[in-house]
Amino acid sequence: MNNNNTFLSVFSAIFIIIFAISAQAGNKGLMMATTTSTDGTGLLDYLIPYFEKETGNMLKWTATGTGKALKLGQNCDVDVLLVHAPPSEKKYIAAGYGKDRREVMYNDFVIIGPKHDPAKIKGKNISDALTAIKNKQAVFTSRGDDSGTNKKEKLLWKNAGIEMPDKEAWYLQTGQGMQATINVCQEKMGYTMTDRGSYIKYESQKGGHAPLKILVEGDSILLNQYSVLTLNPNNCPNANYTLALQFSDWMASQKAQNLIKDFRLLGKELFIPNAK
Amino acid sequence: MDYIVAGFFKAFELLISGDNATWSAVWVTLKISTISMLLSIGAGLPCGFLIGYFDFKYKKHLRTLLDTMLALPTVFIGLAVYAFISHHGPLGELGLLFTLTGIAIGQTILAFPIVTAITASTIESIDDDLKLTLVSLGAGKRNILATCLWEVRYGILAAAVTAYGRVLTEVGISMMVGGNIKYHTRTITTAIALETNKGMFADGIALGLVLISIAFIVNLSLSFLRKQ
Repeated sequence: MNNNNTFLSVFSAIFIIIFAISAQAGNKGLMMATTTSTDGTGLLDYLIPYFEKETGNMLKWTATGTGKALKLGQNCDVDVLLVHAPPSEKKYIAAGYGKDRREVMYNDFVIIGPKHDPAKIKGKNISDALTAIKNKQAVFTSRGDDSGTNKKEKLLWKNAGIEMPDKEAWYLQTGQGMQATINVCQEKMGYTMTDRGSYIKYESQKGGHAPLKILVEGDSILLNQYSVLTLNPNNCPNANYTLALQFSDWMASQKAQNLIKDFRLLGKELFIPNAK
Repeated sequence: MDYIVAGFFKAFELLISGDNATWSAVWVTLKISTISMLLSIGAGLPCGFLIGYFDFKYKKHLRTLLDTMLALPTVFIGLAVYAFISHHGPLGELGLLFTLTGIAIGQTILAFPIVTAITASTIESIDDDLKLTLVSLGAGKRNILATCLWEVRYGILAAAVTAYGRVLTEVGISMMVGGNIKYHTRTITTAIALETNKGMFADGIALGLVLISIAFIVNLSLSFLRKQ
């Protein structure tokens, strides 16, 4: 029966390990839903440890598009939001889902594309550039995920007086995050709209020799404002409102604002602090 | 092409340098896969035994249903579990979304039909003569049961390994239910998805190699156990 014993002892050993593991209870802390641009650029990995160290609170985050982040807040699955779609955010608060909205930093959206620029958009204003891309039927990759970036892009097509492309062969909706969309764009040698932070991150990954370049920038409509939103305690009584507010205050503090300013890749600022 | 080679070296670099994020993902993956595998065995073994051991009216239909469940896509399980444990879902009060427990629930649902189906097939494969022999030797019901289970131990082991392989490598449930939270619910597979999204292919390949190594070690130790 030696056989039998080996078998049983291995199984009981596994069970003991499992019990030991499940005995570790986790501290819940603060849960945040945020956008792929704040996570993918590495900003949060850099910034959040300072918050945790200073306040003694643990903060976890999940990175999705702004659309889904808002939805997670509406369903009370998180405690606080860091998002970038001001019109949707204001509607969100009006609908009773969000409570306090604090603008903490911004960067801008840019249109990037291949250096040889087949649609000749370089230096054009944003509406003319989109019209040129459409007329040339040049490949344009879109997030297509109802994120903050995607919402802004839709607005730009509308402003340019172009019917929202959808099934057109040149218009590719990736349904993925910003970095993934830039990568698809690079493979297709197409154009895309991105926030400047994500572009600098991509540029630094390519060691400063990125095949895609910034072609259109600087229009005031391209401003990309990031805000911290707390959830309305009336809608989500179980969400940690006090801690959410503390995080919101901290993000607006001089210390955090300086940290955001100091976050650079290739010597370039990815986000510009602007808390009031 | 160079990122494939780079990935290979990066794998060693990440593991040897004791990179926190990597080891955390490895640990989370092992922990969650082991728990899910054991839970699915706890539930699937008795069910598979009952289905395999006894003959009953709708046995064939049940087997068809079970075989269909083998093909359940992980993203669908992820979505279903998400809907149930989201704060506004029926089990929302438990606060299971974005926790390892949530992932374990989904992965157990994924592995349960695998364990059940393999156990049932193994039990069915037991020679009827064995039962007859046991009865003629005067064995009681409990003895017959115990002997049958002992006879199929390697089949059960195979069920466990298959279930482990499935939950170890799934990404849909971990991503949707776990939320890919660094140091908490980030598994090796969700980390690979993230690195690929970020365009960090070498890091993704490195993590993939780690995952394959784990699967290899698990299988190796089990084949060692079988030889004993």
